[in-house]
Amino acid sequence: MTTMTDWLLDDSPTSRVQASLGRGYRMIRLLMRNPLAVIGAVILLTLIFAAVFAPWIAPHSPLGQNLSQRLLPPSSTHWMGTDELGRDIFSRVIYGARITLMIVALVAVIAAPLGLLIGAVSGYFGGWTDKVLMGVTDVFLSMPKLILALAFVAALGPGIENAIIAIAITSWPAYARIARAETLTFRNAEFISAMRLLGASHARIITGHVLPLCTSSMIVRVTLDMAGIILTAAGLGFLGLGAQPPLPEWGAMISRGRAFILDQWWVATMPGFAIIVVSLGFCFLGDGLRDVLDPKQGGKS
Amino acid sequence: MTAISLKNLDISYGPTKVVEAASFDVAEGESFALVGESGSGKSTILKAIAGLAPDWTGEITVLGQPRGHSVDHGFASRCQMVFQDPYGSLHPRKSVDRVLSEPLKIHGISNRDARVEDMLAAVGLDRRFRFRYPHQLSGGQRQRVAIARALMLEPKVMLLDEPTSALDVSVQAEILNLLKKLRREQGLTYLMVTHNLPVVSFMCDRMAVMHKGRIVEIAPASALHDGRFQDPYTQSLYAASGGNPDRKD
Repeated sequence: MTTMTDWLLDDSPTSRVQASLGRGYRMIRLLMRNPLAVIGAVILLTLIFAAVFAPWIAPHSPLGQNLSQRLLPPSSTHWMGTDELGRDIFSRVIYGARITLMIVALVAVIAAPLGLLIGAVSGYFGGWTDKVLMGVTDVFLSMPKLILALAFVAALGPGIENAIIAIAITSWPAYARIARAETLTFRNAEFISAMRLLGASHARIITGHVLPLCTSSMIVRVTLDMAGIILTAAGLGFLGLGAQPPLPEWGAMISRGRAFILDQWWVATMPGFAIIVVSLGFCFLGDGLRDVLDPKQGGKS
Repeated sequence: MTAISLKNLDISYGPTKVVEAASFDVAEGESFALVGESGSGKSTILKAIAGLAPDWTGEITVLGQPRGHSVDHGFASRCQMVFQDPYGSLHPRKSVDRVLSEPLKIHGISNRDARVEDMLAAVGLDRRFRFRYPHQLSGGQRQRVAIARALMLEPKVMLLDEPTSALDVSVQAEILNLLKKLRREQGLTYLMVTHNLPVVSFMCDRMAVMHKGRIVEIAPASALHDGRFQDPYTQSLYAASGGNPDRKD
Protein backbone atom coordinates (compact mmCIF):
# COMPACT_ATOMS: atom_id res chain seq x y z
CA MET A 1 0.00 0.00 0.00
CA THR A 2 2.79 2.44 0.87
CA THR A 3 4.58 1.64 -2.37
CA MET A 4 1.35 2.35 -4.22
CA THR A 5 0.99 5.74 -2.50
CA ASP A 6 4.65 6.52 -3.09
CA TRP A 7 4.23 5.66 -6.73
CA LEU A 8 1.19 7.93 -6.99
CA LEU A 9 2.84 10.84 -5.17
CA ASP A 10 6.20 10.51 -6.93
CA ASP A 11 7.56 13.98 -7.68
CA SER A 12 9.12 12.77 -10.89
CA PRO A 13 6.62 10.46 -12.56
CA THR A 14 8.03 8.32 -15.31
CA SER A 15 4.97 8.05 -17.53
CA ARG A 16 1.90 9.99 -18.58
CA VAL A 17 -0.40 7.57 -16.76
CA GLN A 18 1.47 7.91 -13.51
CA ALA A 19 1.45 11.71 -13.75
CA SER A 20 -2.29 11.97 -14.29
CA LEU A 21 -3.13 9.30 -11.72
CA GLY A 22 -0.95 11.14 -9.23
CA ARG A 23 -2.84 14.35 -9.91
CA GLY A 24 -6.15 12.60 -9.41
CA TYR A 25 -4.97 10.96 -6.21
CA ARG A 26 -3.81 14.30 -4.77
CA MET A 27 -7.22 15.82 -5.54
CA ILE A 28 -9.11 12.96 -3.92
CA ARG A 29 -6.90 13.24 -0.85
CA LEU A 30 -7.62 16.96 -0.61
CA LEU A 31 -11.32 16.29 -1.03
CA MET A 32 -11.27 13.66 1.69
CA ARG A 33 -9.98 16.22 4.16
CA ASN A 34 -13.23 18.16 3.88
CA PRO A 35 -15.86 16.37 6.01
CA LEU A 36 -18.83 18.07 4.33
CA ALA A 37 -17.56 17.05 0.90
CA VAL A 38 -17.26 13.48 2.10
CA ILE A 39 -20.86 13.58 3.37
CA GLY A 40 -21.94 14.95 0.00
CA ALA A 41 -20.02 12.26 -1.86
CA VAL A 42 -21.54 9.56 0.36
CA ILE A 43 -25.06 10.88 -0.29
CA LEU A 44 -24.47 10.89 -4.04
CA LEU A 45 -22.92 7.45 -4.01
CA THR A 46 -25.97 6.22 -2.10
CA LEU A 47 -28.21 7.85 -4.71
CA ILE A 48 -26.31 6.17 -7.53
CA PHE A 49 -26.32 2.86 -5.67
CA ALA A 50 -30.08 3.12 -5.06
CA ALA A 51 -30.71 3.97 -8.70
CA VAL A 52 -28.61 1.11 -10.06
CA PHE A 53 -29.84 -1.58 -7.67
CA ALA A 54 -33.43 -0.33 -7.28
CA PRO A 55 -35.08 -3.68 -8.16
CA TRP A 56 -33.07 -5.45 -5.45
CA ILE A 57 -33.38 -2.78 -2.77
CA ALA A 58 -37.04 -1.88 -3.11
CA PRO A 59 -39.19 -4.28 -1.07
CA HIS A 60 -42.31 -3.72 -3.18
CA SER A 61 -43.18 -2.78 -6.73
CA PRO A 62 -43.16 1.00 -7.25
CA LEU A 63 -46.25 0.81 -9.44
CA GLY A 64 -48.26 -2.09 -8.02
CA GLN A 65 -51.45 -0.82 -6.41
CA ASN A 66 -53.11 -2.36 -3.41
CA LEU A 67 -56.23 -0.42 -2.54
CA SER A 68 -56.82 -2.35 0.69
CA GLN A 69 -53.55 -0.89 2.07
CA ARG A 70 -53.93 2.74 1.06
CA LEU A 71 -52.51 5.58 3.16
CA LEU A 72 -50.91 3.38 5.79
CA PRO A 73 -48.49 5.18 8.14
CA PRO A 74 -44.80 4.16 8.20
CA SER A 75 -44.37 0.68 9.69
CA SER A 76 -41.99 -2.27 9.49
CA THR A 77 -43.58 -3.55 6.24
CA HIS A 78 -43.93 -0.11 4.63
CA TRP A 79 -40.94 1.91 5.91
CA MET A 80 -42.27 5.19 4.57
CA GLY A 81 -45.93 4.27 4.56
CA THR A 82 -48.17 3.90 1.51
CA ASP A 83 -49.86 6.42 -0.74
CA GLU A 84 -53.47 6.87 -1.81
CA LEU A 85 -53.28 3.89 -4.19
CA GLY A 86 -51.61 1.60 -1.66
CA ARG A 87 -48.17 1.80 -3.27
CA ASP A 88 -45.12 1.50 -1.03
CA ILE A 89 -43.58 4.99 -0.78
CA PHE A 90 -40.09 3.69 0.10
CA SER A 91 -40.00 1.64 -3.10
CA ARG A 92 -41.21 4.63 -5.08
CA VAL A 93 -38.55 6.88 -3.59
CA ILE A 94 -35.89 4.30 -4.45
CA TYR A 95 -37.09 4.05 -8.04
CA GLY A 96 -37.46 7.83 -8.12
CA ALA A 97 -33.68 8.03 -7.64
CA ARG A 98 -33.35 6.66 -11.18
CA ILE A 99 -35.47 9.44 -12.63
CA THR A 100 -33.72 12.13 -10.61
CA LEU A 101 -30.31 10.82 -11.58
CA MET A 102 -31.32 10.65 -15.23
CA ILE A 103 -32.61 14.22 -15.21
CA VAL A 104 -29.48 15.52 -13.51
CA ALA A 105 -27.10 13.61 -15.74
CA LEU A 106 -28.84 14.50 -18.98
CA VAL A 107 -29.14 18.18 -18.10
CA ALA A 108 -25.44 18.23 -17.20
CA VAL A 109 -24.52 16.44 -20.42
CA ILE A 110 -26.55 18.82 -22.58
CA ALA A 111 -26.19 22.15 -20.83
CA ALA A 112 -22.61 22.17 -19.52
CA PRO A 113 -20.75 21.43 -22.79
CA LEU A 114 -23.04 23.78 -24.71
CA GLY A 115 -22.48 26.63 -22.26
CA LEU A 116 -18.77 25.88 -22.05
CA LEU A 117 -18.30 25.96 -25.80
CA ILE A 118 -20.37 29.11 -26.39
CA GLY A 119 -18.64 30.92 -23.53
CA ALA A 120 -15.15 29.90 -24.59
CA VAL A 121 -15.70 30.84 -28.25
CA SER A 122 -17.23 34.13 -27.21
CA GLY A 123 -14.43 35.03 -24.82
CA TYR A 124 -11.64 33.82 -27.09
CA PHE A 125 -12.63 35.69 -30.23
CA GLY A 126 -14.15 38.79 -28.61
CA GLY A 127 -15.50 41.53 -30.86
CA TRP A 128 -18.65 40.80 -32.83
CA THR A 129 -18.71 37.08 -32.06
CA ASP A 130 -18.74 37.97 -28.39
CA LYS A 131 -21.48 40.58 -28.79
CA VAL A 132 -23.80 38.27 -30.73
CA LEU A 133 -23.30 35.20 -28.54
CA MET A 134 -23.56 37.11 -25.29
CA GLY A 135 -26.68 38.89 -26.59
CA VAL A 136 -28.36 35.54 -27.08
CA THR A 137 -27.13 34.43 -23.67
CA ASP A 138 -28.55 37.57 -22.06
CA VAL A 139 -31.96 36.92 -23.61
CA PHE A 140 -32.06 33.50 -21.98
CA LEU A 141 -30.64 34.80 -18.70
CA SER A 142 -33.22 37.56 -18.43
CA MET A 143 -36.08 35.12 -17.94
CA PRO A 144 -36.72 33.28 -14.69
CA LYS A 145 -35.65 29.67 -15.00
CA LEU A 146 -38.83 27.95 -13.93
CA ILE A 147 -41.05 30.24 -16.00
CA LEU A 148 -38.96 29.65 -19.13
CA ALA A 149 -38.94 25.91 -18.48
CA LEU A 150 -42.72 26.07 -18.01
CA ALA A 151 -43.10 27.85 -21.34
CA PHE A 152 -40.96 25.24 -23.11
CA VAL A 153 -42.79 22.33 -21.55
CA ALA A 154 -46.11 23.94 -22.40
CA ALA A 155 -44.95 24.25 -26.00
CA LEU A 156 -43.37 20.79 -26.25
CA GLY A 157 -45.98 18.97 -24.21
CA PRO A 158 -45.62 17.51 -20.71
CA GLY A 159 -43.27 14.59 -20.15
CA ILE A 160 -39.95 13.81 -18.58
CA GLU A 161 -37.90 14.16 -21.81
CA ASN A 162 -39.36 17.57 -22.53
CA ALA A 163 -38.75 18.63 -18.94
CA ILE A 164 -35.08 17.66 -19.35
CA ILE A 165 -34.78 19.61 -22.59
CA ALA A 166 -36.51 22.61 -21.04
CA ILE A 167 -34.24 22.61 -18.00
CA ALA A 168 -31.14 22.21 -20.17
CA ILE A 169 -32.21 25.14 -22.35
CA THR A 170 -32.63 27.32 -19.30
CA SER A 171 -29.39 26.40 -17.57
CA TRP A 172 -26.71 26.78 -20.25
CA PRO A 173 -26.50 30.61 -20.21
CA ALA A 174 -25.01 30.68 -16.71
CA TYR A 175 -22.29 28.26 -17.83
CA ALA A 176 -21.60 30.31 -20.93
CA ARG A 177 -21.10 33.37 -18.75
CA ILE A 178 -18.66 31.58 -16.46
CA ALA A 179 -16.70 30.09 -19.34
CA ARG A 180 -16.49 33.47 -21.03
CA ALA A 181 -15.30 35.23 -17.87
CA GLU A 182 -12.75 32.50 -17.30
CA THR A 183 -11.55 32.68 -20.91
CA LEU A 184 -11.19 36.46 -20.79
CA THR A 185 -8.72 36.17 -17.93
CA PHE A 186 -6.22 34.27 -20.03
CA ARG A 187 -7.07 34.91 -23.68
CA ASN A 188 -4.07 37.24 -23.95
CA ALA A 189 -1.82 35.07 -21.82
CA GLU A 190 1.54 34.21 -23.26
CA PHE A 191 0.87 30.48 -23.30
CA ILE A 192 -2.00 31.12 -25.72
CA SER A 193 0.19 33.40 -27.88
CA ALA A 194 2.91 30.76 -27.83
CA MET A 195 0.44 28.22 -29.20
CA ARG A 196 -0.60 30.62 -31.97
CA LEU A 197 3.05 31.07 -32.88
CA LEU A 198 3.51 27.32 -33.04
CA GLY A 199 0.89 27.29 -35.77
CA ALA A 200 -2.05 25.91 -33.78
CA SER A 201 -5.50 26.63 -35.23
CA HIS A 202 -8.15 28.50 -33.27
CA ALA A 203 -10.20 25.32 -32.90
CA ARG A 204 -7.21 23.48 -31.49
CA ILE A 205 -6.43 26.25 -29.03
CA ILE A 206 -10.03 26.48 -27.83
CA THR A 207 -10.54 22.75 -27.36
CA GLY A 208 -7.04 21.86 -26.23
CA HIS A 209 -5.94 24.86 -24.21
CA VAL A 210 -8.85 27.12 -23.32
CA LEU A 211 -11.51 24.57 -22.38
CA PRO A 212 -9.35 22.55 -19.96
CA LEU A 213 -8.82 25.72 -17.93
CA CYS A 214 -12.56 26.43 -17.79
CA THR A 215 -13.66 22.93 -16.84
CA SER A 216 -12.72 23.02 -13.17
CA SER A 217 -14.85 26.06 -12.37
CA MET A 218 -17.52 24.54 -14.59
CA ILE A 219 -17.56 21.24 -12.68
CA VAL A 220 -17.93 23.15 -9.43
CA ARG A 221 -20.73 25.27 -10.79
CA VAL A 222 -22.58 22.34 -12.34
CA THR A 223 -22.38 20.38 -9.09
CA LEU A 224 -23.73 23.33 -7.14
CA ASP A 225 -26.46 23.84 -9.75
CA MET A 226 -27.56 20.20 -9.53
CA ALA A 227 -29.59 21.06 -6.44
CA GLY A 228 -31.40 23.76 -8.42
CA ILE A 229 -31.95 21.40 -11.35
CA ILE A 230 -33.47 18.77 -9.07
CA LEU A 231 -35.73 21.40 -7.56
CA THR A 232 -36.78 22.70 -10.99
CA ALA A 233 -37.48 19.16 -12.15
CA ALA A 234 -39.45 18.49 -8.98
CA GLY A 235 -41.25 21.79 -9.48
CA LEU A 236 -42.25 20.82 -13.01
CA GLY A 237 -43.29 17.40 -11.72
CA PHE A 238 -45.32 19.06 -8.98
CA LEU A 239 -47.10 21.20 -11.52
CA GLY A 240 -47.87 18.10 -13.56
CA LEU A 241 -45.61 19.14 -16.46
CA GLY A 242 -42.69 16.84 -15.76
CA ALA A 243 -42.88 13.12 -15.20
CA GLN A 244 -46.36 11.76 -15.78
CA PRO A 245 -48.14 9.24 -13.54
CA PRO A 246 -47.48 6.53 -12.66
CA LEU A 247 -43.74 7.34 -12.86
CA PRO A 248 -42.41 7.66 -9.30
CA GLU A 249 -40.90 11.12 -9.76
CA TRP A 250 -40.33 12.87 -6.42
CA GLY A 251 -41.94 16.19 -7.38
CA ALA A 252 -45.02 14.46 -8.77
CA MET A 253 -45.24 12.36 -5.61
CA ILE A 254 -45.28 15.47 -3.44
CA SER A 255 -47.94 16.91 -5.68
CA ARG A 256 -50.15 13.85 -5.13
CA GLY A 257 -49.48 13.90 -1.41
CA ARG A 258 -50.51 17.51 -1.08
CA ALA A 259 -54.15 16.47 -0.89
CA PHE A 260 -53.50 14.48 2.29
CA ILE A 261 -50.77 16.63 3.82
CA LEU A 262 -52.62 17.28 7.09
CA ASP A 263 -53.88 13.77 7.85
CA GLN A 264 -51.31 11.57 6.08
CA TRP A 265 -48.18 13.74 6.31
CA TRP A 266 -45.79 10.99 5.16
CA VAL A 267 -47.13 10.86 1.61
CA ALA A 268 -45.68 14.28 0.74
CA THR A 269 -42.88 14.41 3.31
CA MET A 270 -40.90 11.31 2.31
CA PRO A 271 -40.17 12.31 -1.30
CA GLY A 272 -39.62 15.89 -0.13
CA PHE A 273 -37.06 14.62 2.32
CA ALA A 274 -35.33 12.72 -0.48
CA ILE A 275 -35.16 15.90 -2.58
CA ILE A 276 -33.65 17.86 0.29
CA VAL A 277 -31.04 15.22 1.11
CA VAL A 278 -29.91 14.83 -2.48
CA SER A 279 -29.81 18.59 -3.07
CA LEU A 280 -27.74 19.03 0.07
CA GLY A 281 -25.44 16.25 -1.07
CA PHE A 282 -24.76 18.06 -4.34
CA CYS A 283 -24.20 21.36 -2.51
CA PHE A 284 -21.73 19.84 -0.06
CA LEU A 285 -19.83 18.07 -2.79
CA GLY A 286 -19.82 21.23 -4.92
CA ASP A 287 -18.37 23.25 -2.06
CA GLY A 288 -15.69 20.66 -1.49
CA LEU A 289 -14.85 20.48 -5.19
CA ARG A 290 -14.54 24.25 -5.31
CA ASP A 291 -11.86 24.13 -2.65
CA VAL A 292 -9.97 21.45 -4.56
CA LEU A 293 -10.44 22.56 -8.15
CA ASP A 294 -10.44 26.34 -7.82
CA PRO A 295 -8.03 27.50 -10.51
CA LYS A 296 -6.70 30.21 -8.21
CA GLN A 297 -5.49 27.53 -5.85
CA GLY A 298 -4.55 24.97 -8.48
CA GLY A 299 -1.03 26.30 -8.82
CA LYS A 300 -0.29 26.12 -5.11
CA SER A 301 -1.61 22.70 -4.25
CA MET B 1 21.54 36.06 -46.51
CA THR B 2 19.67 38.20 -44.04
CA ALA B 3 17.63 36.39 -41.44
CA ILE B 4 15.38 39.30 -40.53
CA SER B 5 14.97 42.48 -42.50
CA LEU B 6 12.72 45.38 -41.49
CA LYS B 7 12.08 48.30 -43.80
CA ASN B 8 10.24 51.39 -42.68
CA LEU B 9 8.16 49.51 -40.18
CA ASP B 10 5.37 51.45 -38.44
CA ILE B 11 3.37 49.63 -35.79
CA SER B 12 0.29 50.95 -34.03
CA TYR B 13 -2.04 49.78 -31.32
CA GLY B 14 -5.36 51.30 -32.34
CA PRO B 15 -4.83 55.03 -32.95
CA THR B 16 -1.46 55.25 -31.16
CA LYS B 17 1.67 54.72 -33.16
CA VAL B 18 4.08 52.70 -31.06
CA VAL B 19 6.96 52.20 -33.48
CA GLU B 20 7.91 54.54 -36.30
CA ALA B 21 10.08 53.91 -39.33
CA ALA B 22 12.09 51.05 -37.89
CA SER B 23 14.61 49.56 -40.32
CA PHE B 24 17.41 47.12 -39.68
CA ASP B 25 18.84 43.87 -41.00
CA VAL B 26 19.94 40.88 -38.98
CA ALA B 27 22.36 38.56 -40.76
CA GLU B 28 21.92 34.81 -40.55
CA GLY B 29 23.66 33.45 -37.49
CA GLU B 30 23.94 36.86 -35.93
CA SER B 31 22.77 37.80 -32.46
CA PHE B 32 21.13 41.19 -32.53
CA ALA B 33 19.84 43.15 -29.54
CA LEU B 34 17.08 45.71 -29.28
CA VAL B 35 17.80 47.97 -26.35
CA GLY B 36 15.82 50.77 -24.80
CA GLU B 37 13.79 51.83 -21.83
CA SER B 38 10.33 50.50 -21.00
CA GLY B 39 7.70 51.55 -23.51
CA SER B 40 10.20 52.35 -26.26
CA GLY B 41 8.56 49.80 -28.56
CA LYS B 42 11.19 47.07 -28.59
CA SER B 43 8.87 44.21 -27.61
CA THR B 44 6.30 45.49 -30.08
CA ILE B 45 8.75 44.97 -32.94
CA LEU B 46 9.18 41.34 -31.87
CA LYS B 47 5.43 40.90 -31.69
CA ALA B 48 4.98 42.34 -35.17
CA ILE B 49 7.58 39.95 -36.58
CA ALA B 50 5.90 37.06 -34.78
CA GLY B 51 2.47 38.11 -36.04
CA LEU B 52 0.99 39.00 -32.67
CA ALA B 53 0.74 42.73 -33.41
CA PRO B 54 -0.97 42.68 -36.82
CA ASP B 55 -1.49 46.42 -37.22
CA TRP B 56 1.66 47.45 -39.06
CA THR B 57 2.81 48.95 -42.35
CA GLY B 58 6.18 48.63 -44.03
CA GLU B 59 8.05 45.48 -44.86
CA ILE B 60 9.11 42.52 -42.76
CA THR B 61 11.17 39.77 -44.34
CA VAL B 62 12.19 36.65 -42.48
CA LEU B 63 14.72 34.31 -44.14
CA GLY B 64 14.00 35.85 -47.50
CA GLN B 65 10.22 35.46 -47.29
CA PRO B 66 7.95 38.45 -46.79
CA ARG B 67 5.91 38.21 -43.63
CA GLY B 68 2.11 38.36 -43.63
CA HIS B 69 0.10 40.25 -41.07
CA SER B 70 -1.08 37.30 -39.03
CA VAL B 71 0.22 34.12 -37.52
CA ASP B 72 0.75 31.40 -40.11
CA HIS B 73 1.41 27.70 -40.04
CA GLY B 74 4.54 27.52 -42.19
CA PHE B 75 6.20 30.46 -40.49
CA ALA B 76 6.09 28.54 -37.21
CA SER B 77 8.84 26.14 -38.20
CA ARG B 78 11.18 28.93 -39.28
CA CYS B 79 10.83 31.45 -36.49
CA GLN B 80 9.86 31.05 -32.84
CA MET B 81 9.64 33.27 -29.82
CA VAL B 82 10.56 32.94 -26.14
CA PHE B 83 8.53 35.11 -23.81
CA GLN B 84 9.58 37.21 -20.90
CA ASP B 85 7.57 35.67 -18.10
CA PRO B 86 8.14 31.93 -17.64
CA TYR B 87 5.23 31.90 -15.19
CA GLY B 88 2.78 33.12 -17.82
CA SER B 89 4.08 31.35 -20.88
CA LEU B 90 3.38 27.76 -19.81
CA HIS B 91 -0.11 26.31 -19.63
CA PRO B 92 -0.75 25.71 -15.91
CA ARG B 93 -2.53 22.38 -16.45
CA LYS B 94 -0.17 20.73 -18.92
CA SER B 95 2.85 18.66 -18.08
CA VAL B 96 6.24 19.39 -19.63
CA ASP B 97 5.73 16.39 -21.88
CA ARG B 98 2.41 17.72 -23.22
CA VAL B 99 3.87 21.20 -23.75
CA LEU B 100 6.76 19.82 -25.79
CA SER B 101 4.71 17.28 -27.77
CA GLU B 102 2.07 19.83 -28.78
CA PRO B 103 4.12 21.58 -31.52
CA LEU B 104 5.00 18.16 -32.96
CA LYS B 105 1.34 17.15 -32.99
CA ILE B 106 0.31 20.40 -34.69
CA HIS B 107 2.80 19.82 -37.46
CA GLY B 108 2.24 16.08 -37.66
CA ILE B 109 5.80 15.17 -36.82
CA SER B 110 6.29 11.57 -35.71
CA ASN B 111 8.76 10.00 -33.30
CA ARG B 112 7.60 12.40 -30.60
CA ASP B 113 8.91 10.48 -27.59
CA ALA B 114 12.51 10.52 -28.74
CA ARG B 115 12.35 14.14 -29.86
CA VAL B 116 11.00 15.29 -26.51
CA GLU B 117 13.71 13.40 -24.66
CA ASP B 118 16.43 14.81 -26.90
CA MET B 119 15.16 18.33 -26.47
CA LEU B 120 15.02 18.01 -22.67
CA ALA B 121 18.64 16.92 -22.75
CA ALA B 122 19.56 19.79 -25.07
CA VAL B 123 18.16 22.43 -22.71
CA GLY B 124 19.72 20.76 -19.69
CA LEU B 125 16.60 19.37 -18.02
CA ASP B 126 16.78 15.98 -16.38
CA ARG B 127 14.43 13.25 -17.67
CA ARG B 128 12.57 13.18 -14.38
CA PHE B 129 11.12 16.61 -15.12
CA ARG B 130 9.33 15.30 -18.18
CA PHE B 131 5.97 14.54 -16.59
CA ARG B 132 5.94 17.38 -14.09
CA TYR B 133 3.51 20.27 -14.16
CA PRO B 134 4.69 23.89 -14.30
CA HIS B 135 3.89 24.49 -10.63
CA GLN B 136 6.40 21.80 -9.76
CA LEU B 137 9.20 23.67 -11.56
CA SER B 138 11.33 26.65 -10.62
CA GLY B 139 11.44 29.82 -12.72
CA GLY B 140 14.66 28.83 -14.42
CA GLN B 141 13.36 25.35 -15.20
CA ARG B 142 10.17 26.83 -16.63
CA GLN B 143 12.18 29.10 -18.89
CA ARG B 144 14.18 26.09 -20.08
CA VAL B 145 10.89 24.39 -20.94
CA ALA B 146 9.74 27.51 -22.80
CA ILE B 147 13.01 27.57 -24.77
CA ALA B 148 12.66 23.86 -25.49
CA ARG B 149 9.11 24.39 -26.77
CA ALA B 150 10.33 27.13 -29.12
CA LEU B 151 13.07 24.86 -30.43
CA MET B 152 10.86 21.80 -30.96
CA LEU B 153 10.16 22.72 -34.58
CA GLU B 154 13.86 23.41 -35.23
CA PRO B 155 13.45 27.04 -36.24
CA LYS B 156 16.40 29.02 -37.56
CA VAL B 157 15.39 32.37 -36.10
CA MET B 158 14.58 32.93 -32.43
CA LEU B 159 12.89 36.03 -31.06
CA LEU B 160 13.79 36.46 -27.41
CA ASP B 161 11.65 38.89 -25.41
CA GLU B 162 13.70 39.68 -22.30
CA PRO B 163 14.18 35.98 -21.65
CA THR B 164 15.93 36.46 -18.33
CA SER B 165 14.45 39.59 -16.78
CA ALA B 166 11.89 37.67 -14.70
CA LEU B 167 14.56 35.40 -13.20
CA ASP B 168 16.95 35.98 -10.35
CA VAL B 169 20.57 36.73 -11.06
CA SER B 170 22.20 33.31 -10.69
CA VAL B 171 19.50 31.69 -12.84
CA GLN B 172 19.85 34.47 -15.43
CA ALA B 173 23.44 33.46 -16.01
CA GLU B 174 22.44 29.81 -16.49
CA ILE B 175 19.77 30.68 -19.04
CA LEU B 176 22.08 33.06 -20.93
CA ASN B 177 24.76 30.40 -21.09
CA LEU B 178 22.18 27.92 -22.33
CA LEU B 179 21.02 30.32 -25.05
CA LYS B 180 24.60 30.94 -26.08
CA LYS B 181 25.32 27.23 -26.25
CA LEU B 182 22.17 26.51 -28.28
CA ARG B 183 23.02 29.24 -30.76
CA ARG B 184 26.48 27.82 -31.28
CA GLU B 185 25.22 24.23 -31.64
CA GLN B 186 22.23 24.86 -33.88
CA GLY B 187 23.43 27.90 -35.81
CA LEU B 188 20.49 30.02 -34.66
CA THR B 189 19.86 33.68 -35.32
CA TYR B 190 18.79 35.65 -32.27
CA LEU B 191 16.81 38.85 -32.14
CA MET B 192 16.78 39.73 -28.49
CA VAL B 193 14.95 42.44 -26.61
CA THR B 194 16.53 43.56 -23.37
CA HIS B 195 17.12 46.61 -21.23
CA ASN B 196 20.13 45.04 -19.63
CA LEU B 197 23.36 46.22 -21.29
CA PRO B 198 25.63 43.56 -19.71
CA VAL B 199 23.39 40.92 -21.30
CA VAL B 200 23.97 42.58 -24.67
CA SER B 201 27.73 42.57 -24.32
CA PHE B 202 27.61 38.90 -23.26
CA MET B 203 25.20 37.62 -25.90
CA CYS B 204 25.07 39.88 -28.91
CA ASP B 205 27.09 41.03 -31.89
CA ARG B 206 25.20 44.21 -32.65
CA MET B 207 22.54 46.32 -31.02
CA ALA B 208 19.85 48.81 -32.01
CA VAL B 209 18.97 51.45 -29.45
CA MET B 210 15.34 52.52 -29.34
CA HIS B 211 13.87 55.66 -27.89
CA LYS B 212 10.20 56.68 -28.03
CA GLY B 213 9.39 54.27 -30.84
CA ARG B 214 12.34 55.17 -33.05
CA ILE B 215 15.64 53.46 -33.58
CA VAL B 216 18.17 56.12 -32.69
CA GLU B 217 21.34 54.18 -33.29
CA ILE B 218 22.65 50.83 -34.49
CA ALA B 219 26.03 50.02 -33.01
CA PRO B 220 28.29 46.99 -32.62
CA ALA B 221 28.20 45.44 -29.16
CA SER B 222 31.88 46.30 -28.83
CA ALA B 223 30.84 49.92 -28.43
CA LEU B 224 29.75 48.94 -24.93
CA HIS B 225 33.43 48.49 -24.06
CA ASP B 226 34.77 51.75 -25.38
CA GLY B 227 31.61 53.85 -25.11
CA ARG B 228 31.80 54.97 -28.76
CA PHE B 229 28.17 55.93 -29.29
CA GLN B 230 27.05 58.69 -31.63
CA ASP B 231 23.58 59.53 -30.41
CA PRO B 232 23.14 61.67 -27.27
CA TYR B 233 20.32 59.40 -25.99
CA THR B 234 22.50 56.32 -26.33
CA GLN B 235 25.29 58.08 -24.49
CA SER B 236 23.01 58.97 -21.61
CA LEU B 237 21.65 55.40 -21.51
CA TYR B 238 25.19 54.10 -21.46
CA ALA B 239 26.18 56.49 -18.70
CA ALA B 240 23.05 55.66 -16.67
CA SER B 241 23.83 51.96 -16.80
CA GLY B 242 27.28 52.61 -15.32
CA GLY B 243 29.47 52.67 -18.42
CA ASN B 244 31.51 49.66 -19.47
CA PRO B 245 29.64 46.63 -18.16
CA ASP B 246 32.78 44.50 -18.00
CA ARG B 247 34.72 47.01 -16.00
CA LYS B 248 35.36 45.80 -12.47
CA ASP B 249 35.23 48.50 -9.85
